Amino acid sequence: MKIGVFICHCGENIGKTVDCHRVAEVSALMPGVAYAEDYKYMCSDPGQNLIKQAIKDKGLDAVVVGSCSPHMHEKTFRKACSSAGVNPFMVEIANLREHCSWIHEDVPSATRKAIDLIRIAVEKVKYNEPLIPIRVPVTKRALVIGGGISGIQAALDVAGAGYQVILVEKEPSIGGHMSQLSETFPTLDCSQCILTPRMVEAYQHPNIKLMTYSEVENVEGFIGNFKVTIRKKARKVNEDLCTGCGDCIQKCPIKKVASSEFDEGLIKRPAIYVPFPQAVPNIPVIDTAACTYFKSGKCQMCVKTCGRGAIDFKQEDRLVEEEVGAIIVATGYKLYSIDKKPEDNIYKGYGEYGYGQYKDVVNGLQFERIASASGPTSGDILRPSDKKPPKKIVFIQCVGSRDESKGFSYCSKICCMYTAKHAMLYKHKVHDGEAYVFYMDIRAGGKMYEEFVRRAIEEDGVKYIRGRVSKIYEEDGKLIVKGEDTIAGEAVVIDADMVVLATAMIPQENASKLAQLLGVPYDKHGFLQEVHPKLRPVETSTGGIFLAGACHSPRDIPESVAMASAAAAKALVLFGSDVLEREPVVAKVNETTCAGCFYCRKACAYNAIERKVLKDRNGKFIKEVAYVNSSLCQGCGTCNATCPSKSVELVGFKDDQIYAEILALAEV
Amino acid sequence: MEDKNWEPKVVAFVCNWCTYTGADLAGTSRMKQQANARLIRVPCTGRIDPLFIMKAFEGGADAVLVSGCHPGDCHYNSGNFHARRRWIFFKELLNFVGIDSKRLYFSWVSASEGKKWVDVVNGVIDAVKLEGPFLKYKNLTREIELPVE
Repeated sequence: MKIGVFICHCGENIGKTVDCHRVAEVSALMPGVAYAEDYKYMCSDPGQNLIKQAIKDKGLDAVVVGSCSPHMHEKTFRKACSSAGVNPFMVEIANLREHCSWIHEDVPSATRKAIDLIRIAVEKVKYNEPLIPIRVPVTKRALVIGGGISGIQAALDVAGAGYQVILVEKEPSIGGHMSQLSETFPTLDCSQCILTPRMVEAYQHPNIKLMTYSEVENVEGFIGNFKVTIRKKARKVNEDLCTGCGDCIQKCPIKKVASSEFDEGLIKRPAIYVPFPQAVPNIPVIDTAACTYFKSGKCQMCVKTCGRGAIDFKQEDRLVEEEVGAIIVATGYKLYSIDKKPEDNIYKGYGEYGYGQYKDVVNGLQFERIASASGPTSGDILRPSDKKPPKKIVFIQCVGSRDESKGFSYCSKICCMYTAKHAMLYKHKVHDGEAYVFYMDIRAGGKMYEEFVRRAIEEDGVKYIRGRVSKIYEEDGKLIVKGEDTIAGEAVVIDADMVVLATAMIPQENASKLAQLLGVPYDKHGFLQEVHPKLRPVETSTGGIFLAGACHSPRDIPESVAMASAAAAKALVLFGSDVLEREPVVAKVNETTCAGCFYCRKACAYNAIERKVLKDRNGKFIKEVAYVNSSLCQGCGTCNATCPSKSVELVGFKDDQIYAEILALAEV
Repeated sequence: MEDKNWEPKVVAFVCNWCTYTGADLAGTSRMKQQANARLIRVPCTGRIDPLFIMKAFEGGADAVLVSGCHPGDCHYNSGNFHARRRWIFFKELLNFVGIDSKRLYFSWVSASEGKKWVDVVNGVIDAVKLEGPFLKYKNLTREIELPVE
């Protein structure tokens, strides 16, 4: 092997502390080195040409460049060498700048170190082998998990670019939490008025395949090539036959059997139902736990009513397999359950606020329904217990948020704004009403957000009290709210008619289970983790899987929409190429020596190691060995260090390469 | 071997994503440090075979330093956990074979901890200088004339 060594002065950056000429002289004497030279700027055009020329003139087949960090110019030099006919993976970089000249002052010792670094690289490159980048095809279809505003936006963007999208929603309708909201801050736009056209657009889009009442059951594969199994839960209503007329719902004899999910339990719904009138698709679902037929085999009123014969009691769950290239996760949030009931509450909760105990203590989403024109009170602010307009409402912020002792350390971000909105909506509807807000800090960062809160305080006369509430109890039909005003430094007691708790946002149910299925990390609260908090906020550490909306962290609608579009853009970047090229630094198995212990499988964080059966030419079983799926392998090399027989090796960082580096430092 | 001009030799195995980048940052920030450490870049601390460390001692290292991403921050999700677990076992083994485990250092240095890296490197070098050259293994290898490769 003929190795060329090229030492860069980097102007004075390296040259000042390292005697580059001396390093080149010593390098030329190293075994295997056929040529060595130093130059002022190796990365410049003349510098690169110098390398290319030497490759041609001296017939070099490996190159070592002593220059800046490989993170800086490894690609540059690989490309230059590749254009001169040397495989890019036959190039090694010795970091003479960041790891030597910039951190040392003494020229002799820095020069000695530089020579060592070159020797390490020279010894390693002797064991390098020419590699070709791995190419994998890309399936240009996307899966969007979650049909809230984030999922809808992401699906519309990907579909709008001309690619197929499968939009999976676990509820019977898309729309998510946004469809439950009354008005949105800071413009007080009606939420449904701006959302429902989007829902319909997603439903009718030729590129979007909508799968409601469905859940992702299994995910296999890797970037560009995912195989997804989706469970289509049985609606017991034939989607192809149903016209959405709603006769069955009218005729269902058990009108008030289960609490309405959409109306946050404020009212009851029948056994066959659509979540809300504008549901997309407008196809009912039978709640088999509530339906008389599924209990006793009787009734069948809906079957008799349906002129289309769409009711199908025998319908079963179906598993649908889809192939996609990118996955956008938009599973959203739910509210921290502050219910005192122990069976469905794993959190410590706020028993002292009496949620679940007093009917007139509601959470933020329940108040949205009360204030919504499509809600149970048709938009009149009436308290749940006696349906009378409350004259005094107390809003409490940070219930669960920013409170590690009882809830979570993080800020739920949207509550300051929606509480101001709630108070405002209340004041607009109940003119003689009084609204009090207990807050810790007002966090109103965002366009027109601070102004919105000021408007609530100054124009609508909402009274903000800085402090926490310690207890709420009922007395003479009033809710006595005991708190403190930390600015005035005194205790506050308010006899309220209704209390609204701004409870913390937490990840949707089973979000962490889904994350495990996808191989995406999540934080201790269950929010999914991005790969880089600053520069790659929508990508995950698993290639081809992107995040949108509140599944990542609490965020409001505009932020969710922006994140969804960003995730869609990332998916589209992926779809921009027919094949993916990636560094061939992946593990390889020596099938001859592999004993099939599969310790490597346990060590692999990417499920990249599979079992492979070896057979002889007669089809007789020989043994089972490990097989590395190079598309899944990320190249960490943990399997390599784990393997007892050294049968799996990480290409580019093989044992003999690293031993060569270590021995380059040995005193011979 | 008792050389007055003896300078310690420290072989450092560092992961590409955190410590190597952190060391780059120390360089970009011109943070001066002693010139006794030689870095060997691996993708992940999970790639480090305990035998690498033995080999480094065999090759005359006075100390070996292993450094990677902080637990929970591994670029490869869990590689550093494997490294940490191996370290726990390997430390015992080192003592068993007669190598003072004080010669082996382990640290977590992230890509943003240039200063910490300098402190770690200087700390190790200072400690080794106090301990003196690591002759036990060297003498042993001479005695039995182990081939270098």
